[in-house]
Amino acid sequence: MNSLFYGLMPVCRKEVLHIVRDPGTLFFALLIPMIQLFLFGFAVDTNVRQIPTVVFDESQTQESRQLLDRLAASDVFKLRSNATSKEEMYEAIRAGNARVGIRIPYDFARNLQAGTTASVLVLVDGSDSTVAGQAVSTSTGVALQQSLARVAPGGRLPIEVRPSVLYNPATRSANFFVPGLIAILLQVMTILLIALSLVRERERGTLEQLTMTPVAPLGLMVGKMIPYGALAFVELCAILAVMRLVFQVPIHGNVFVLLAMSIPFLLTVLGIGLVISTKARTQAEAFQLSMGTILPSVFLSGFIFMIDNMPPFFQVVSRFIPATYYIEILRGIILRGAGARELWINAAVLTAMGCAAVLLAARQFVRQRST
Amino acid sequence: MTAVIQASHLTIRFGDFTAVNDVSFEVGKGEVFGLLGPNGSGKTTIIKALCGLLTPSEGTGTILGMDIRKDASQIKRHVGYMSQQFGLYEDLTVAENIAFYAGVYGIKGPQAVQRKAEVLKLTGIEPYMDRRAGRLSGGWKQRLALACAIIHSPEVVFLDEPTSGIDPVARRALWDLLFRLSSQGVTFFVTTHYMDEAERCERLGYIYLSKLVAIGTVAELQQMPQANPPGTARIQIDTATPSSLLDTVRAKRGVREATIFGRSIHALIDADQLEPLRTSLPGVSVQVVEPSLEDVFVTLTNTIQEAKQ
Repeated sequence: MNSLFYGLMPVCRKEVLHIVRDPGTLFFALLIPMIQLFLFGFAVDTNVRQIPTVVFDESQTQESRQLLDRLAASDVFKLRSNATSKEEMYEAIRAGNARVGIRIPYDFARNLQAGTTASVLVLVDGSDSTVAGQAVSTSTGVALQQSLARVAPGGRLPIEVRPSVLYNPATRSANFFVPGLIAILLQVMTILLIALSLVRERERGTLEQLTMTPVAPLGLMVGKMIPYGALAFVELCAILAVMRLVFQVPIHGNVFVLLAMSIPFLLTVLGIGLVISTKARTQAEAFQLSMGTILPSVFLSGFIFMIDNMPPFFQVVSRFIPATYYIEILRGIILRGAGARELWINAAVLTAMGCAAVLLAARQFVRQRST
Repeated sequence: MTAVIQASHLTIRFGDFTAVNDVSFEVGKGEVFGLLGPNGSGKTTIIKALCGLLTPSEGTGTILGMDIRKDASQIKRHVGYMSQQFGLYEDLTVAENIAFYAGVYGIKGPQAVQRKAEVLKLTGIEPYMDRRAGRLSGGWKQRLALACAIIHSPEVVFLDEPTSGIDPVARRALWDLLFRLSSQGVTFFVTTHYMDEAERCERLGYIYLSKLVAIGTVAELQQMPQANPPGTARIQIDTATPSSLLDTVRAKRGVREATIFGRSIHALIDADQLEPLRTSLPGVSVQVVEPSLEDVFVTLTNTIQEAKQ
């Protein structure tokens, strides 16, 4: 056991000195993820509001204006401009000045009064599916409400749905988005730091020197993991504080369980960083490989798109991405108040992945030095 | 002579490429052994194999009686290694570098304090204790690297082209240090492609195209039959204008090699053509001399290349 990790303590001490001596690394490690947290935390709002809308009102009646008022009151549409022709309306959408076009035909009020169906055309720019979906459902909803009010004025509705949103009652985007972002930010920072640290030693020839000493591969690797893992852990605490205090995202579960269950994730990303460092010859290569891990973690981990909605193949792929499990832990504890009893399996999978990555890196390392 | 390093029929292949081809030699205790050869001839590969980092494709070797195939981890504790790149952490101070290497060799407590003091004194780097390694001059970096390589009192030290890019004064200081240590019984295995450096070694091997083509003391190498082909003479022609005379000498009958050495020309000539050459160059001194080490290796290299063609 002792010889398996031989050299761990001296490597660990030396690595701490490197970190302290290099303010650039400290800055990079601690400040950049924080800046990104602020940027993305404030910028991303998946709730759709104030869609720019162009109106072509041929009717110009009290009824048509009433309908437009209702649409505007929904906060989903922002009635920006009035078109004077069908062509002008289409042009506004094509040019991107408006995402929705509403055309109320000249016979709108007449048909309403006659009791026949009065139609309204709602043109939706489908290039952003979230915006389009929201526009369609809101306009349909407003029309339905208005119709019911006409059919049964003051009457009771046969069925009423009362939605009650659990865990994130205000459906604030930050509550959903920021916990997931923690996983991505921690992953990028940690993989980069440890991969660069090892590849730097390769470039400068100190790694060659170390292979001539009794330092064991696992001693070297774990010796590097401890200080960089500690740095990532400090960053995690800082990010959680900012999430709670600046973005006002409440932590419903036990924060200590969250911190404890973060350790398996850090183990995994440190392991991935080590595997990358055995593949990369230069720091530039290590940087590129590290960046290559970001996109799958963003798109296939459930961070942005729900895993349940993915094609079966990608649902399987998502199971191989560490961020999937950590985002599950983060959202579970922060948003739903879940605990170790519900989430332990995620931590167990991450622990297994982490150990596998570290062992793989150590094996690669032994194989490589003999060439 | 007790063999501290011993290699027999060492062969190392990487795929189709043979980096080391059937190399055998022995190095005795306290010896300073030099391995000379051009870049890419297999010098570093031999060191790696002897330290147990590479398993030889064929052949065997021992260091201090330990088998290089089986006892790699034991060997590492008893040998020191210093590479061309020095393997220093430039952002750490001199003291921190030494402390780190003491740590990785498992030297602790009072023993560590004592060893650190010893290597600091020996290398004379004490005044720079708190300076970052990156801010040292090349010569001091080299001494620090040596201090790190001998912190665990190794019995054998491998130096892989230790003096590349170092000024002559620092080079001489390093060699003095090596001989001081070797007199205390430390064995040194030094690779180099500098002829003058090779000349300082007590014994010397010449490796060319992955093969060890010559081994011995400088005097032994100078006497080698391959370096002095039968029926030839090694001569030195002293002249004020060696460069203008070089082509003339090369064109003479029986001249096999000729090259300029400062104010003179060194040439290898068929013995029976020596007198005709003398008479054809009136007023110029022509003496028969011992071959220099460079002459030996040039002749050897030419002989191998001719044999290949």
